Amino acid sequence: MSASQEKYAEAQYLEAEQYQAKTRSGKIANYVDQRVGGTGMVREFGKKIFPDHWTFMFGEVALYSFIIVVVSGAFLTFWFDPSMSTTRYSGSYAPLQGLEMSMAYATALELSFDVRGGLFMRQLHHWGALLFVLAMAVHMLRVFFTGAFRKPRELNWVVGASLLLLGMGAGFTGYSLPDEVLSGNGLRIIDGMIKALPVVGTYISFFLFGGEFPGNEVIPRLYSLHIFIIPAMILILIAVHLFMVVVHKHTQYPGPGRTERNVVGYPIGPVYAAKAGGFFFIVLGILCLISGTFQINALWNYGPYDPSPVQAGAQPDWYIGPFEGVLRLMPGYLGPIPLEFNIPTPWGGNSVAFPVLAPMIPVAVLFLGLFIWPWLEAWITGDKKEHHLLDRPRNAPTRTAVGAAVMTNYFIMWGMGSNDLIATHFQLSLNDITYWSRVLFFVGPVIAYILTKRICLALQRKDREVALHGHEAGVIEVSPDGGFHERHKLPSEYELWTLVSYEAPEPSEPRTNAKGKVSRTEKFRTWLNKIWFEDRVEPVSREEYLEALEHSGDHEDGAPKSLEAASSGGELGSGRH
Amino acid sequence: MKALSQKRRHPFAFVALLLLGLLVTGGLYAAATTVNQAQASNTPEGYSAEQVEEGERLFTANCATCHGPNAEGTDAGPSLIGAGAASVEFQVGTGRMPMQMQGPQAPQKPPQFNEEQTTQMAAYVASLGAGPAVPDDEWLDVDQGDPARGGELFRINCAMCHNAAGAGGALTEGKYAPSVLGVEPVHVYTAMSTGPQNMPVFSDANIPPEDKRDIIAFLQTYDQQGSPGGFSLGALGPVSEGLLIWTLGLALLIGSMVWLTSRSS
Repeated sequence: MSASQEKYAEAQYLEAEQYQAKTRSGKIANYVDQRVGGTGMVREFGKKIFPDHWTFMFGEVALYSFIIVVVSGAFLTFWFDPSMSTTRYSGSYAPLQGLEMSMAYATALELSFDVRGGLFMRQLHHWGALLFVLAMAVHMLRVFFTGAFRKPRELNWVVGASLLLLGMGAGFTGYSLPDEVLSGNGLRIIDGMIKALPVVGTYISFFLFGGEFPGNEVIPRLYSLHIFIIPAMILILIAVHLFMVVVHKHTQYPGPGRTERNVVGYPIGPVYAAKAGGFFFIVLGILCLISGTFQINALWNYGPYDPSPVQAGAQPDWYIGPFEGVLRLMPGYLGPIPLEFNIPTPWGGNSVAFPVLAPMIPVAVLFLGLFIWPWLEAWITGDKKEHHLLDRPRNAPTRTAVGAAVMTNYFIMWGMGSNDLIATHFQLSLNDITYWSRVLFFVGPVIAYILTKRICLALQRKDREVALHGHEAGVIEVSPDGGFHERHKLPSEYELWTLVSYEAPEPSEPRTNAKGKVSRTEKFRTWLNKIWFEDRVEPVSREEYLEALEHSGDHEDGAPKSLEAASSGGELGSGRH
Repeated sequence: MKALSQKRRHPFAFVALLLLGLLVTGGLYAAATTVNQAQASNTPEGYSAEQVEEGERLFTANCATCHGPNAEGTDAGPSLIGAGAASVEFQVGTGRMPMQMQGPQAPQKPPQFNEEQTTQMAAYVASLGAGPAVPDDEWLDVDQGDPARGGELFRINCAMCHNAAGAGGALTEGKYAPSVLGVEPVHVYTAMSTGPQNMPVFSDANIPPEDKRDIIAFLQTYDQQGSPGGFSLGALGPVSEGLLIWTLGLALLIGSMVWLTSRSS
């Protein structure tokens, strides 16, 4: 380490070696530090600056709920036996006594009724899992709508998307473990989807379930995935994710003094360390409050798994809901034409269950889009710059509109996942909900796109007006010559910064390739680029601002209001209403 | 035996045998028809003639518009001949009948008639033709039922529409399976034996009275135990749980986040 040798003189090393701590705890700390080298780490890491904004904390929530889920899950493993061998229930829950069930279900019941604090821990584990995925999803939405995934953070976005997928996988495998009717139904749907894959489906299903569904293998296999493989992968990816956050430094919202080259905020030590540590306990407190007061997954209601019954109100946890919904959305027939058909093959024919296969397409597109979005957007916009300042969602109207469209599509699928409960609770016809959702599945995103884009542009125009003419003060003044004028309050410098500092590029011209020609792909890209940037609101320029300032200065000086000023005020008024 | 074997080729033996056969079948038939007549007579077993008469009056005043003046049914309502006293006990006793308006399904509402009047109408409907009767108290005595077995039967036969926790569920085109929690045992029983609205009939051949009693015992036990893990959120399963974490959970979190970052800038 030549660098460090230059950094410190020989005398300083000697001084550090001779250092004697005065207090007892100081001695212990020094002992540890000399062997671990904590000072360097704290010095390096503790100086990291993080900007303060409440929307930056969802990732933290995800991390904390993951820790809570791991700890409560470890508690559950002490009693839970993931075995499909059968036993006769003799625990303390009367309505199931004497029934034959798997060890998995029996021990899950034991945890709920016969282990002290077991039900609370089970509920904490489950609510924590719901919150874990929720926090990841909201965090991802924040990152998307503020453009935090742009260069240099594209790879971290992919790590995050993988974490979301893994979180859903962890959730689903856990949901399936208790081996009661509800989770068995969930597995049956997965089995059905796998079997719907032409030719290979049955083989994969038999491979996964160790024979015909449900078999005796699947619960132990899901258990290894649930407690070992998936959590380990999540843990590794979390480490990568956090490491990359440190490498890239945190993004920040535009504001005074905030540039692409700095981070404005507090250092980790001591403010953030304390805040983050405290926030862990707030998250734990909220989860404990919910787990102690609200029942989740009352598995004693569902009974031991039996492939024959399916119960009303059988749904997956929220993050799988949209995928259940899109299955419910898909018609089996188009008019009189059945969508399931047979392909004749030499070995007798393969049935293609298109109504089960087709719903996998939007799900696949959703996740593929999620993973490639940073590159897709950069390709369309032609933006290759680094970005550390975030976009306000309104200042990226097309991205915000695309996000809103995808979310609308997701919401329709999500709603369909609970169409039976919507029908009973809002006294609607199940069929009508389904027919409307089929239309809205395609039309809803288009409406959302147009509406969101218009709203974003309108907000930008409003920002522009506020920057140039100030906020309406709500005070109407009458001039001596009888003209009416509303007094405007100019925005503060801080606010102004937020209002004017954004980029709104114009659509770019097609670029020629090495042969001097515009390729077909480039034409397509130019077309998308035009859609992307066509509708734009110019940020306030310096000249415009100075001119407006001069103009409003007239009013504040109490100088006689010219006719021009009054009429321009009126013009603004008419423009607004 | 010797006499019989000697006489069996007697010329009159055939005639005697024929006579005997006719007597037996005729006698049995007569006995059977009297039993039938007794059931179809104006006063069904367990009810008095006055009850039938009073029930008919109530029927004419309140039900005949849709079910026809002689309960033969119209376009607006089915025939009640053979519907049985149990149907009246369920439909009128839970307030479903008389219906306020035509719709996909008659909703439960506060009963319009008291117990006496309901019994009178039940007597009248029972007098129209044989049908499921109101069960004896023996079959409603939950202490004799086995809740564990009842739970199993419930999950196999009822939960696909009524939800595993009996919270109810949706059917097609605005129809629904209502919640079965907090329902009187007699109404649970009569619902099974008559198959009201869109529910299938679970006859005694399908679910014997003992099993029906087990199911009622299960529902009562379930009702009494409450929800061990806290508020049940309607016992609707993952949807209401997801809704809670996305509303209350997220609101609490955002509240604390805004609070934590409020002092910085």
